[in-house]
Amino acid sequence: MADSGPSAVEARRLSKDFDGHRALRGVDLRVLEGESLAIFGPNGSGKTTLIKILATLVRPTSGSVSVAGFSLPQDALDVRRRIGVVTHQNYLYDELTCYENLTFYGRMYRVQGLPDRIRAVIAQVGLEARLNDRVRTLSNGMQRRLAIARAVLHNPSVLLLDEPEVGLDEQAVNLLEDLLSRLNDGRRTVIMTTHNLERGLRMSDRVAVLVNGRIAYQETRAALDMARLRGIYAQLAGARV
Amino acid sequence: MKDYFAGIMAVLWKDVLSELRTKDILLSVFVFALLSLVIFSFALRTDRATVAIIAPGVLWAAFSFSGVLALNRAFATEREKGSLEGLVITPVPRDVIYFGKMLGVLLFMLAAEIMLLPVFVVLFNVALDVPRLLLIIFLATLGFASVGTVFSAIAVNTRSREIMLPVLFLPVVVPVIISAVEASARVMTGDPWDSLTVWLQVLVAFDVIFVVVSSLVFEYVLEE
Repeated sequence: MADSGPSAVEARRLSKDFDGHRALRGVDLRVLEGESLAIFGPNGSGKTTLIKILATLVRPTSGSVSVAGFSLPQDALDVRRRIGVVTHQNYLYDELTCYENLTFYGRMYRVQGLPDRIRAVIAQVGLEARLNDRVRTLSNGMQRRLAIARAVLHNPSVLLLDEPEVGLDEQAVNLLEDLLSRLNDGRRTVIMTTHNLERGLRMSDRVAVLVNGRIAYQETRAALDMARLRGIYAQLAGARV
Repeated sequence: MKDYFAGIMAVLWKDVLSELRTKDILLSVFVFALLSLVIFSFALRTDRATVAIIAPGVLWAAFSFSGVLALNRAFATEREKGSLEGLVITPVPRDVIYFGKMLGVLLFMLAAEIMLLPVFVVLFNVALDVPRLLLIIFLATLGFASVGTVFSAIAVNTRSREIMLPVLFLPVVVPVIISAVEASARVMTGDPWDSLTVWLQVLVAFDVIFVVVSSLVFEYVLEE
């Protein structure tokens, strides 16, 4: 992935304080359109805070950030139209069916041709047979796949994934990885936080390591192999990997 | 403008569908208010004149406290599955979410209150001018739901939400409850429309203030 080109996400000197605790300390980050970035970091390093700022859920304390060409927090509505968010919380309603959940979000995003679009995304995540089942009857893995269908329903140009594998067994994580790889078609920008170095490296064009609220390391996948990444991460995060 | 109302209707549709399946709010409001009315009816066995004085207070005490239960459940589905964040990141103005949630609470409370009215008539043996009482119930419940939805959203992220909600909310809504009691008392004693006017005006004024202010402050309530 070349360093030049239009930016999908750009953060400059981004900081965030929570009740005296500094979660982010001057993060500089640029993600190109169509690029996929994996962000690694130990617990408390600021990964979720960064995703929440990009998702318009949290306002930065200082610094500037733009997503899909719109500045935050001023253009939050424009940003929300262009992002899809998947976290370990699925943002689904247990008592509604898969179809009803997607109908609700489709209406909120004003998706045109909604019934056809729902059938298309539900087929992408392989849940056609469960379309009319209530969410509470689905396994965790199925719910996460439905959450991905929800996140891409309005065809966002930027997909934000905050540890999407949390709470899933190995088989479900493999299914999820396969699904995300298919969605990552080079036209959509993907930013993913994860603790799994191997998976993150495999699924991204570039990786970054966030430590103590700072981007401590960035490199393209082409310039890295797994052993090197493990060594660098262990050194930066002080973690056993 | 069409998109604005479509967003409100989407939130309302989602809440009504969930409620029709769980009946969490309807059942809790109905059962709590029913028990309150039954207990009061046995505790206050007295002559018709005294009942006419006490009954409006009993009715609105039952509606108010059971209404707090409804408000405690208003954001329950969002809280339990983290869906409030999902709602907040949708590209609609915050007041769309507010009006959708508020209309849901209003609908569920009104449904439970209307189901309770025949029970109230039988237990307290009062003659009701139903259209006038329904008007009072609608206006008071609108005030209750409009400000209650905001407090419910505030309380949803607090640790002792079941305690925090009534403590924060009831003092604010006291003018609505007093107006509803006074207006209902006049309906139950068969007073003419004129005697109601001032209390109806107070209810309408509070409704307008509560709806406008609540829709404006809701944005800040959902921040972080």
